[in-house]
Amino acid sequence: MDWHLLTSALFPQGSRIVEAQHVLTGEGAVGDTTIAVVGTTGHTPIGVDVALAQARFILQTVREHPGRPILILVDTQGQRLRHRDEMLGINAYMAHLGKCVELARRSGHRIVALVYDQALSGGFITSGLMADACYALPNATIRVMGLPAMARITKVPEERLTELALDNPVFAPGPENYLRMGGIQEIWGDDLQARLIEALAMDSNGDVRPALGLARGGRLLSQRVITAILAGQDTLAP
Amino acid sequence: MTSYVEATARERLARLFDAGSFQEFLPPSSRVVSPHLGQLNAPVAFDDGVAVGRALLDNRPVFVAAQEGGFMGGAVGEVHGAKLVGMLRRAILDAPDAVVLLLETGGVRLHEANAGLIAVSEVMRAVLDVRAAGIPVIALVGGANGCFGGMGIVARCTNAVVMSEEGRLAMSGPEVIETASGVEEFDARDRALVWRTTGGKHRYLLGDCQALVADSIDAFRAAAITQIETIASPALTLAALEQEQALLAARLDDFGHVREPYDLWRALGVPDPEALPLLEADAFVELVDSHRLEAR
Amino acid sequence: MEHLHYIFTGGTRTLARPADVVGVVGSGNLEVLIESIAQDGACSIAIDTAAVGFGAIWQAVMTDFHARWQLADARIAINDMGATPAVVSLRLDQAVETMLEDVKGTAP
Repeated sequence: MDWHLLTSALFPQGSRIVEAQHVLTGEGAVGDTTIAVVGTTGHTPIGVDVALAQARFILQTVREHPGRPILILVDTQGQRLRHRDEMLGINAYMAHLGKCVELARRSGHRIVALVYDQALSGGFITSGLMADACYALPNATIRVMGLPAMARITKVPEERLTELALDNPVFAPGPENYLRMGGIQEIWGDDLQARLIEALAMDSNGDVRPALGLARGGRLLSQRVITAILAGQDTLAP
Repeated sequence: MTSYVEATARERLARLFDAGSFQEFLPPSSRVVSPHLGQLNAPVAFDDGVAVGRALLDNRPVFVAAQEGGFMGGAVGEVHGAKLVGMLRRAILDAPDAVVLLLETGGVRLHEANAGLIAVSEVMRAVLDVRAAGIPVIALVGGANGCFGGMGIVARCTNAVVMSEEGRLAMSGPEVIETASGVEEFDARDRALVWRTTGGKHRYLLGDCQALVADSIDAFRAAAITQIETIASPALTLAALEQEQALLAARLDDFGHVREPYDLWRALGVPDPEALPLLEADAFVELVDSHRLEAR
Repeated sequence: MEHLHYIFTGGTRTLARPADVVGVVGSGNLEVLIESIAQDGACSIAIDTAAVGFGAIWQAVMTDFHARWQLADARIAINDMGATPAVVSLRLDQAVETMLEDVKGTAP
């Protein structure tokens, strides 16, 4: 989806967002509140430069606009697959971005992410998945890896993975499955401005995704394992 | 058995922490196995590839985890990730002196795809929650499989990383990069290049690990103790992250154009970079300490 | 995957520790979980193996194992990824030897 159309729908009152080398930064108005906006477009791979640019914007927001809510817009084909990025330590740049998001949260900024087109694995794990809550448009693609590549690495035949990808939330790409597993809070079908307003008003209560995954039936073990360990039990509750 | 790289996760736990002190949460006899591997005809492990619990380190109470690289490459599935999160959340309640993570992993377990990705994200949040509670988190990276993928990011969310030369810390494996971008981009069979690009010595020079030790469980133990004693304020601060921003920007400006790691080491002022891979850990550290970049 | 199950009786040697695990579920390897449990003196062995169709060999290895150790009130569970019979026997023996040490770690 074209990011201009997206931001018009999210901020009908107005927004000032610029794109530089596929990185989006700026702000949008919601009622009397200014929302900081950061993200990517063009299905860009996230390399050291893109991670650093987003981190810079978040730190600037924390420094100059205490308490301002932050919206992260996600459209990426995943981490950049280049020798240079690995040599420079892309994992450190990604971690830095994730830590900046966490710092913003701890400093009182509400953080909401929206996958508006593609989100793959490493390109999304320290931005969208670090938000207080992550949302998605109905046509978004969210996945760990394409099925052909997954078949090569796991040595499981592609036909078998394709079959499982039809109705198994673990394998199927797509927001419905992430919703069911607790990774996505909600899918935003229409009236994006209203959805954004609701999302910004929600309280952060720590990482509730394991509990969501259990309640929605997509991940039946995570929360129960956590609960058992917290309670010092050696068996899971039914 | 003193080699870290050759030891199993349980051998590392038994020998690195004070003798007999490891108490496991949800041990193998609990039989909490992966619910997803069966449909792919893959065998399960009774601990889903990770042992978590509490232990003593030089009489200090610590919470610990050790990933078993021999099972599914140490990769994180639903149960494996939840065990890590459970241990981390319990650490916030019980307030040990530190959390020590023995990481050996390919990252997200592809056999569990979406569940694995969300799990790694939850581990990342949990590690940062532990730091916010004032408890230092240390990562040890010295296994044959390295520490890759989303867990390579988690490693750099901790307060300190200790590596051996044998260890690797990165995001994408060389085979994945070669497949995506060609053998000219990264020849995965050039093992020396792989280690120059992602191995412990290179990470130490860049400042992405705080200690470089020999391949011995005793050396990792000593370094973990030192790191715990060194970390004064574990929580994230704006000042520290702004400093990290500046360091990472400078790293990019200074070395973003460099193709060969030897040239990066040369640019740091290291005399005779080609000899570095041959040096023992202590000799290496002594030689490079005045040249390496500082980052935390 | 194949699931196999054996029960042996007539054993007399009980185990000192509650539970232990040896081995890793990697290619050519296996893990053995061994537990001391009241089950009328029986030694039970449950196997989940990625190598299908080797029932006769497992039968032989397990029979030899019971003849060697004569365990009573022992529950053994195996996750196997194609280990050879020699490696299977080795891991089983390692598991039993650990369990026969008392909790201070001295061998009998």
